[in-house]
Amino acid sequence: MTSVFGVPLPAILGQLMLGLVNGSFYALLSLGLAVIFGLLGVVNFAHGAFYMLGAFAAYVGLETFGMNYWCALALAPLAVGILGIVIERLLLRHLYQLDPLYGLLLTFGIALIAEGIMRGLFGASGKSYPVPDALRGGFNLGFMVLPIYRAWVIFASLAVCGATWFLIERTRLGSTLRAAGENAALVQAFGINVPLIVMMTYGAGVALAALAGVLAAPVVQVSPLMGSSIVIVVFAVVVIGGMGSILGAVVSGLVLGLIEGLTKVIYPEASNIVVFVIMAVVLMWRPTGLFGRESP
Amino acid sequence: MLKIAGLEAWYGESHILHGVDLTVHQGEVVTLLGRNGAGRTTTLRAVMGLMGKRRGSVLIDGLETVRLAAHCIARLGVGYCPEERGIFAALSAEENLLLPRRVRGVAAMPLEDIYDIFPNLRERAASPGTRLSGGEQQMLAVARILHTGANLLLLDEISEGLAPVLVQKLGDVIRTLKAKGFTVVLVEQNFHFAAPLADRFYVMEHGRIVERFEQAELGSKMSLLHDYLGI
Repeated sequence: MTSVFGVPLPAILGQLMLGLVNGSFYALLSLGLAVIFGLLGVVNFAHGAFYMLGAFAAYVGLETFGMNYWCALALAPLAVGILGIVIERLLLRHLYQLDPLYGLLLTFGIALIAEGIMRGLFGASGKSYPVPDALRGGFNLGFMVLPIYRAWVIFASLAVCGATWFLIERTRLGSTLRAAGENAALVQAFGINVPLIVMMTYGAGVALAALAGVLAAPVVQVSPLMGSSIVIVVFAVVVIGGMGSILGAVVSGLVLGLIEGLTKVIYPEASNIVVFVIMAVVLMWRPTGLFGRESP
Repeated sequence: MLKIAGLEAWYGESHILHGVDLTVHQGEVVTLLGRNGAGRTTTLRAVMGLMGKRRGSVLIDGLETVRLAAHCIARLGVGYCPEERGIFAALSAEENLLLPRRVRGVAAMPLEDIYDIFPNLRERAASPGTRLSGGEQQMLAVARILHTGANLLLLDEISEGLAPVLVQKLGDVIRTLKAKGFTVVLVEQNFHFAAPLADRFYVMEHGRIVERFEQAELGSKMSLLHDYLGI
């Protein structure tokens, strides 16, 4: 059997594929964080909690209302996005004039509250969410079997990231968002309702996290703790990519997922820390991250 | 068109404007003169609703705007060109030009007409906004508000730091705009740029209007201006 460094090739490819799936979640989550940070200047620590709530919305939808996966994919991000908008209107918007630390503390508190409530309601143990019928089974690629659901996750994540990138970099709405990230007051003086755009952007970023949560529900355990376990890695991804950079968030999300997967094969003991080691190295070499713009 | 009465404004704790009174009629060019720190830029920012706190009265077309948000004021047909130009680095020159929303007022100047006035901008349309030269950025900042259809233009130090040929060009642009019926408020350090353009002058000091006079009185006011401005 073919092998690399004494590890059979199918095992490497299998881990790379798992890494790419994880990387898809990292990319979706760090994308939302980057969009929110770029416009609001808020480090949204509640992002993992919204991811968890997205997964739970799908789970509760199925258990209570018999809502199928495809409906959950549309409705869970909508519901969580609306929750995000409510939080932005009631709490977050009062902090924009203050030090970014306040936004971070507030969202961290929101994450703890959301986690606590969900633990109270559902307990700490994981719930399983079935893979939808249409996406069961796998493609036999000859050297390995690629489960259809995991292929779907990678495809859906890339499609959403691509669409978001296009929206922000290539459309008129996107140019308004980029300008408002630079100088919100002046954009407002040009007749654009910036507070509305900020509110919708927070809602959209949060909805992206919930979408990642629904996509993840069938491949991970749906648990109140699933957000906090992923969000730290996602923050490292965002720092590596460069705070506020869309392309950086997506590319570094996918690449770090792959590197993590590869590390699991070659030196499993390091797989949990490899992302943070890379973060440290990147910060020493480029403090603004790989794709970060120097602040003017 | 624009009637300001008893306008006060604050930057955080510091009280900058202490009751500004100023009137601009439809189709007029009015210049605010004064030394640095006299409150001219703050007056424009306060009219735009960009100051944290303001009090008094700002009537635009007879409508009280002192409690409106900046974007609502802009939509009444007010175009603002800030002193720092405010060109966005993350946007191309053309994206900068197309950024402001169409507002109530006159018909928006078509992109082609704008490029005819400022041909450099056509060539640099795809360049990132802040890669343009200082002069091009200033042209862009002025062009940007012409495209919105605003008919009340607040222009802050648009001649600052420009080569004489560009200053002359901007002077021609202002004359053209005036002929087309635009209303313009200029804040200018460059007296020789502003003097021939304005119908009326206001002089500011310590956050108040201390003097106002018409174009025809300019000659007789020169020694007074000399005292106020050191020119």
